[in-house]
Parts: sequence; structure tokens; C-alpha cells
Amino acid sequence: MLVELDSLAEVEALHGALLVADLPDVVELVPAATTVLIAVRPGSDGLNRARAVVEAADLSHPPDRTPRQVRLPIVYDGPDLELVASTARLSVDEVVALHSGAEYTVAFCGFAPGFGYLVGLPEPLRQARLDNPRTKVPAGSVGIAGEFTGAYPTASPGGWRLIGRTSAILFDAKRTPDPALLAPGDHVRFEVAS
Amino acid sequence: MSRSLTVVRVGPQTLIQDLGRPGNAHLGVPPSGALDVPALTLANRLVGNPESAAGIEALLGRIQLRANCSCTVAVTGPSVLVSVGDHLVDSHAPVHLRAGDVLGLGAPVGGLRCYVAVSGGIDVPLQLSSRATDILSGIGPDPLRANDVLPLGSVDGLPEGADVLSPSVAPAELVVPVLLGPREDWFDDPHGQLAAGRWTVSQQSNRVGLRLDGTALRRAAAFEARELPSEGVVTGSVQVPANGRPVLFLADHPVTGGYPVIGVVTAEALPRLAQARPGTPVRLQPLR
Repeated sequence: MLVELDSLAEVEALHGALLVADLPDVVELVPAATTVLIAVRPGSDGLNRARAVVEAADLSHPPDRTPRQVRLPIVYDGPDLELVASTARLSVDEVVALHSGAEYTVAFCGFAPGFGYLVGLPEPLRQARLDNPRTKVPAGSVGIAGEFTGAYPTASPGGWRLIGRTSAILFDAKRTPDPALLAPGDHVRFEVAS
Repeated sequence: MSRSLTVVRVGPQTLIQDLGRPGNAHLGVPPSGALDVPALTLANRLVGNPESAAGIEALLGRIQLRANCSCTVAVTGPSVLVSVGDHLVDSHAPVHLRAGDVLGLGAPVGGLRCYVAVSGGIDVPLQLSSRATDILSGIGPDPLRANDVLPLGSVDGLPEGADVLSPSVAPAELVVPVLLGPREDWFDDPHGQLAAGRWTVSQQSNRVGLRLDGTALRRAAAFEARELPSEGVVTGSVQVPANGRPVLFLADHPVTGGYPVIGVVTAEALPRLAQARPGTPVRLQPLR
């Protein structure tokens, strides 16, 4: 079942309500920009129970949960830092202060294992993607695109404006218990590495 | 000595697969796992393993494995010649190997993917609760190569004395039932277009998706220039990219997609997609 919503806030509220409900037959629960995908065990009653949670959910208030707090060390030396500053009509130092001063929430993951789309980006930093995406972005690169900021877990092609890099290992399939550093709902801050 | 197998020869793509790692899509991790699940679970039952044990998925067969210990193996999937040393043995049946014996698979006559289970299961380390190789994200063990040594788990089940099991037969034409949605409204007469379309399996197909050549599906006028924000997709989703030619997502599919999904293949039909060779004619049968 794919549930369509009007905003990221509603996605967060419904995703939270489904997490709290903790339905036994739900195999996958995948929040995205304007949808939540609920996949259930074939032949189970999961779909009916999920539908009941969806219908009862209060989309204007996410349920109270204590989010995980994640700190990502960052060095602001990205190749697009000057471009981001000039687009925002700010100095590089002001961009750094804005980006490292905000608290972000992982809205959803995708693109690659461990890639979190973080929301909460200050308004002046909400900027378009690059006209020509890079064919290779190094692992750990931190970028911005539209209302999102995020860090690339592995080297990959990418069109986000790169402002820095983190030494955090965002995804390691062999790490237990949490191969992915970021999961939907986590709160994230970038801390300038000394 | 610990129990193991040595890979003597590999085919074009020889992978360790089990039932995959569903439940991690929210972290960006595909489900992965054997494409022809009933073939893998049958092979496991034949050698006395739990159905979830890891075995080998051999695209187009042609592999050789040397037993370094006494063990029981079973080969399932399409019809294929199986040998132990110079002797032909049965597929779809438990076969005993002594230390030093070499199991060989020929090329399957029809179909694509052969499965080999070994008593005790292949015991490489788990990654996110699974030993499956995911070719999209790179999670799991590397594809097998000659001289790899595969550790085996301990044996605690007995081989099943099956009578005669027939190999799966790949049909000359693949007819795939599809439940419409969630984005069928993006297309002009989705039911009619799917029913009338004629496709063949593309050479570009892999574990990520079965790509189809043939009829391009038309979007409804109101959706022609629309962009879809990426959304979660499931195995079996029939995604329609900008060129209109459908892609049927298989186990290593990306967890989200930015093109509309016109329908979803029923779960029962997925194993047949795993065995469809490039060039096979395909029809999609929309269900209401």
C-alpha cells in the first residue's frame, strides 16, 4: 500500500504513527518525499491493520517519540562552497554558521544504502542542483539540494552542491547493530571538526 | 577440519544467495536474495537444510565445485546436466559427495538460473541478517571466483528422500499477471495498454530488473511532463521510465524510484521472471 500525503510533515506524522503501532506483518515501511510505502507479508492481515492505523493517524501532529541524536563531524571545504555563498549573497563563514547551526531531521533514506535526506535546511541554503552533475562524488561529501542536505555514504555520481565532507562512516554492512548511521526520524547536527 | 567447498570454475555470474534482507528498505537497502525462491528452498529441503540457508545461484550454470568434506548437495531450477567426476547424476535430488569429489553443472537447456544447496548451508558472514550478494548496492559477499573456499555450516537435518521432481520449464511465452497501481492514473487506458502491449525480455535485464523491449506505454495528457517525487517501490513493481518501456523490478531493485509504477506483478509470478531468457516474448495481463 502506498499512502500519498501533502507534505513532509504529514509523512513524518504517519511514519511515526506506524512505527509506534509496530504492526507484526509489516515487512517494509518506507517514507519518501510525499508518500509512505507499507509492504506486508503476503497472505497476512497486515494490510487491513495498516489501513486502520493510517485512517486513525493524526497527520497534524507526529506522535511523541524520542529521536536518536546523531552528530556528524564536518570540514567545510567543499568545491561548491563559494558558489553556495554567492548564490545566498552571504560570506563563506556565514554559510558555515548557518549550516552547522541548524538541527536537521532525517526525512527519508534512498538513492544508496545509508543516504539520508535531511530536512531543516536554513532558507538561504535552499538552492538548485548543479546544472551538470558530477560523474564522481567522493564518499563522505556533504551537499545541499533544494530543501535537503545530506552526505554521500559511498563514491557515486551526484548533482548536489558540495560544501564539505564528513569522516563519519555513514554505512557499513558489516557494522552491528546499526549498519546505517542514519534512519528516518533521527535528529542530526553537523559539528565543525577541529 | 572444518567443512568447506572450493570453487573450481564459475559461470557468467555465480552468487551466494539466501532469502535476502527484506525490512531494510527505509535505510536504502534492497531486499536482494534468490530470484527463483522456490528453486532455492526446494534445494535446501532436499539436502536437509532450513529453507533460509544460503546456497549458490548460478546464472547459465557451468560451474564446478570441489567438496573438501563429505556432504550432500542438490541442484534445482531448470533442466541441467549434473555430474560428479565423470558420472552423470540427477538434478532435483539429493546427491552425496565424498571429500575430493567435483560437482559439475552444464548449461541449462531453458531458463537462466540454477541453484545449488549444500548440507549445512554456505556459512559466510551475515550482512544485515543475510548472506545474499546484492549487485546494486554491493552489500554481501563478492561474486564467486575460481579458488574461493566456501565455509559450510554444521549439519543438523536429514536429506529428504524425494521421489521424482521435475525441473521447472521456462514457458515459450511469459504471461505475467499484473495488479494495477499505484500510479495507473498516470497512463491513458492503463488496462487496455497493458493488455494490448507486446514485449520481449531485453538483453539489458539483470537482478535489478527485467527490462522489456517493445510497446512504449503512453502517459495520460495531464501527466506528460509531470515529475514524480521518488517513492518506495516493491519487488515486482512495473516501473515505466520516460521511454515508456516497462522495467519489472527484481530482488536487487532500488528501494525508491522516480518513475510511475503502473502495476505490480503478483508474487506467484516472480520465480518465472527469474528464469526468462533475453528474447522471450512477454505479455502483461492486467488484473482489476
